[in-house]
Amino acid sequence: MKKILLGLMLLATLIGSQFVAAAADLEVNTPAISAIKNSMQSRHGQLGAFYASGAIGLTKDGLIAVKDANAVPLAQRGALTGLVKDENADRSKLYKEIAVANGHPEWQAEIQSTFAGRWIDKAQSGWWVQGAGGWTQK
Amino acid sequence: MKNWMLGLALVCVIPACVTINIYFPAAAAEKAADKIIDDVWQLKNGADNPAVNKEASPASAAE
Repeated sequence: MKKILLGLMLLATLIGSQFVAAAADLEVNTPAISAIKNSMQSRHGQLGAFYASGAIGLTKDGLIAVKDANAVPLAQRGALTGLVKDENADRSKLYKEIAVANGHPEWQAEIQSTFAGRWIDKAQSGWWVQGAGGWTQK
Repeated sequence: MKNWMLGLALVCVIPACVTINIYFPAAAAEKAADKIIDDVWQLKNGADNPAVNKEASPASAAE
């Protein structure tokens, strides 16, 4: 009798591991995600120079922030603020859409923190990123 | 007796499946993040954005 129970447990473990293997990829190819991606991609053309000058940096929560407004001429500051706001809105929407597209809206926070680490890892040298101790330059 | 044991086994197995289903796939999420970031920042294939300093990592050149 114990053997049957053990066998069933083993079977459950096997089925479980297959489940994980089957879910190896997250769905990221929905129209909503593509639209956000395109919007971010075109905005990046404008943000690139601001990353390089240290005006903005990548935050530890997967967003961007104005780090040093003085790096930007006064006339451009309003535009920069708008860009940062739009970018963050897109990023938040992106994290949410990925969670929803995969049937787990509750994953949003974890997806966001995964992205946070990856944005920072992939940031170009010279860009400012936020760590536990504050801003550092890559 | 046999039915009782089977019932117990099922009680153990069913929640296990549910637990597996809701566990966050960290590795898959990283992979998805990398793919999206590469697209947004145009880090892979045909980077036409003027990049200041590109770190060319040969890893994951797929797609």
